[in-house]
Amino acid sequence: MNQTTGDQTTGSAAPSAGTLNPMPANAAQAGLAAQKVGATAQAAAQSSSGSFGGMAVRSTAGMNPARIAIRDLDFFYGTNKALKGISLDLPDRQVTGMIGPSGCGKSTLLRILNRMYSLYPGQRAEGQVMMDGENIIDPALDLNALRARIGMVFQKPTPFPMTIAENIAFGIRLHENLNRAEMAERVEWALTRAALWPEVKDRLNSSAMGLSGGQQQRLCIARTIAVRPEVILFDEPTSALDPISTLKIEELIDELKRDFTIAIVTHNMQQAARCADQVAFFYLGELVEVAPAADLFTAPRQKRTQEYITGRFG
Amino acid sequence: MSATTASSIPGRPKDLRASAALGRRRARMDATIRTLCTLATLLGLLFLVSILATLIWKGASGLSFRVFTDVTKPPGSGGGLLNPIVGSLIQVALGTLVGTPIGLLVGTYLAEYAGNSRLGNVVRFVSDVLLSAPSILIGLFVYQFLVLPFGGFSGWAGVVALAIIVIPVVVRTTEDMLRLLPNTLREAVIGLGAPKWKMIVLVCWRAAVSGILTGVLLAVARIAGETAPLLFTSLGNLNWSVNLSQPMSSLPITIYSYAGSPYEDWITLAWTGALVITLGVLGLNIVARAVLRARG
Repeated sequence: MNQTTGDQTTGSAAPSAGTLNPMPANAAQAGLAAQKVGATAQAAAQSSSGSFGGMAVRSTAGMNPARIAIRDLDFFYGTNKALKGISLDLPDRQVTGMIGPSGCGKSTLLRILNRMYSLYPGQRAEGQVMMDGENIIDPALDLNALRARIGMVFQKPTPFPMTIAENIAFGIRLHENLNRAEMAERVEWALTRAALWPEVKDRLNSSAMGLSGGQQQRLCIARTIAVRPEVILFDEPTSALDPISTLKIEELIDELKRDFTIAIVTHNMQQAARCADQVAFFYLGELVEVAPAADLFTAPRQKRTQEYITGRFG
Repeated sequence: MSATTASSIPGRPKDLRASAALGRRRARMDATIRTLCTLATLLGLLFLVSILATLIWKGASGLSFRVFTDVTKPPGSGGGLLNPIVGSLIQVALGTLVGTPIGLLVGTYLAEYAGNSRLGNVVRFVSDVLLSAPSILIGLFVYQFLVLPFGGFSGWAGVVALAIIVIPVVVRTTEDMLRLLPNTLREAVIGLGAPKWKMIVLVCWRAAVSGILTGVLLAVARIAGETAPLLFTSLGNLNWSVNLSQPMSSLPITIYSYAGSPYEDWITLAWTGALVITLGVLGLNIVARAVLRARG
C-alpha cells in the first residue's frame, strides 16, 4: 500500500493516510494550499509517447504506487455474477480509465469503490478492495466516512434544488463545522478548482437548476472536491454533454489529478486515451487487460483488446 | 434510392393517386378525433362555467360587509356568516395541520423505505381505500370513537374527521412526487457521504416540494367543502363559539341547513357561503403558487 501521500509539493488531498477518519482540523488550509502547487508534476505528465487514432496518448512513464488495490474481487447482482476475479491497482494521483462494451462491469466496479451498491439489497461484493490497510467492502465500515474520502461524479448532472453556494456547502456541512468566512472561502476554492468560479461568482445565491448542463456537471465536480476526498470516481461524466463542455471537463480531470486519485469510466476510447494514465479494458465481467494508456492503445497484448479498440465489436 | 425500390417496400403507396387518397383518409380521421375532443372539452367547460356563473350570480347578491361581521341570526332578522366562516377556518386549518405531517411521513415511508415490501403494499392499499372512502363513513367512524365516548359533538371531533380525509390525499401525492425524482439524485446525495435521513429531508423533500404542496392544497380544497364528516362530529353551532370542545359552526353545514330552509334570506346566505368557500380555496391556491414561484 502506498504510504507516501504526505508529499508537500502536491499537498493536501490525502492528509490522513492510515485511517478512515476524514478531515483533520487544519485541512481547510491544506486544501487551499493545494490550489497553488504542482505545476511541475503537470509538466512532467505532458510528454506523450504514442498515438491512437491521431490522438496523442499519455506517456508510458511509470505508474505511481497504488492508492487503492483491488484483489480477486467478485460482484453479484442477486445470483448473477457481474464481476469475476478482478485485480487492479489505482495508482496514486493518476487517472485510471475503464473501458469496455456496455454491461462489461466497468460501472459496477466503480460503484463498488464507494459502496454505492450497498444502497440496493441483493447486491454484494466478495474479495479485497484495500485502501490504507482497510477493506472497503467490509460490511462494518462507516460508509459516510468512506464516501467523504472517495467522491463520485455521475453521468447525468444532478444539481440539488438549492442555490449554487448551498450546493457546494451541502457536502462540506456533512463532515465539517466551518464558520461563515471559512465556508465562503471553501466554496470559492471548490468552484475555482472546478473551473466554474468565473461563471458563477456573481450569482452564487441563485438556483443551481438554472445552470447549463456543462456548468451543472462542473458544479457537481466542485461539490465533490469541496469535501476534499482522496479519490474521485467519474462515471461517464461527459456522455450527456456537448463537445465544448466535454473538453472543459477533460481539462479539469487533467488538472485535478495533481491532488486526487482518479478513476473514470467512459464509452469513449478517445477520451480514455486523452485523460488516462492507465487504461483497463473490461469484457463480460472480466478485466482483460490493464496497461499504461499508450501501451494499451498502441500495442495491446490481448486479442480481445485489439478487436475492441479497433472497433470490431462493442 | 430509385422510385422502383421505394414503391416495393410493403405498405408504401404505389403511386401518387393512392397516396392522395391515404392523405384524405388521414385528414378525415384527424378531423373526427379533433371534433370529438373539442366537443367533450366544451361540454365539461359548459358545466363548470354554468356552476360558477350560478354561484356568482346568486352568491354575489348576498355578499355584504355584514356577512363577515355578523353571526348567524334567526330568519328575517339579518345576520351574517361570521361564526361559520371562523369555524370553518379553524377546523380546516387544524385538520390540515394534523393531517399533513402524518400524510407526508407515510408517503415518505412508502417512497423511500418501504419499496415493494409487504408492509408497504398493505399501507399503500389501505391508504388508497381511505382515499376513495365515502366521507360520511369517516364522519360515522369519528362519531363512534370520539363523539359517543367523550360526551358529545365538538370541534375537535370535526378536526379529526377532516384530518383523516387529508391524510390519504397527502400520502398519495407525496409518494408520487418522491418517486418522480431520479434515483441519480439520491445517489449523488449518498455519494457525498450523507445519511439517508438527510438525503430525504434536505434534498428529496425540497425537490418535490411543489408537488407535495399541490397535494396539500387539493386536500384543503376538499375538506373546505366537506359536509358529511362534520354532520356527525362538530355538528354546527348557531351561536358564536371558538371553543373546540363545544359543537362548532362551519360553512358547509350552514349552507346545508340554510339552503334547505324555506326562508329567502337564509337561502341567499347559503349561496353567499358557497361563494366564500370557493373564493377562499381559489385565493389560497393563488397565494401558494405565488410563494412557490418567488422561492424559485
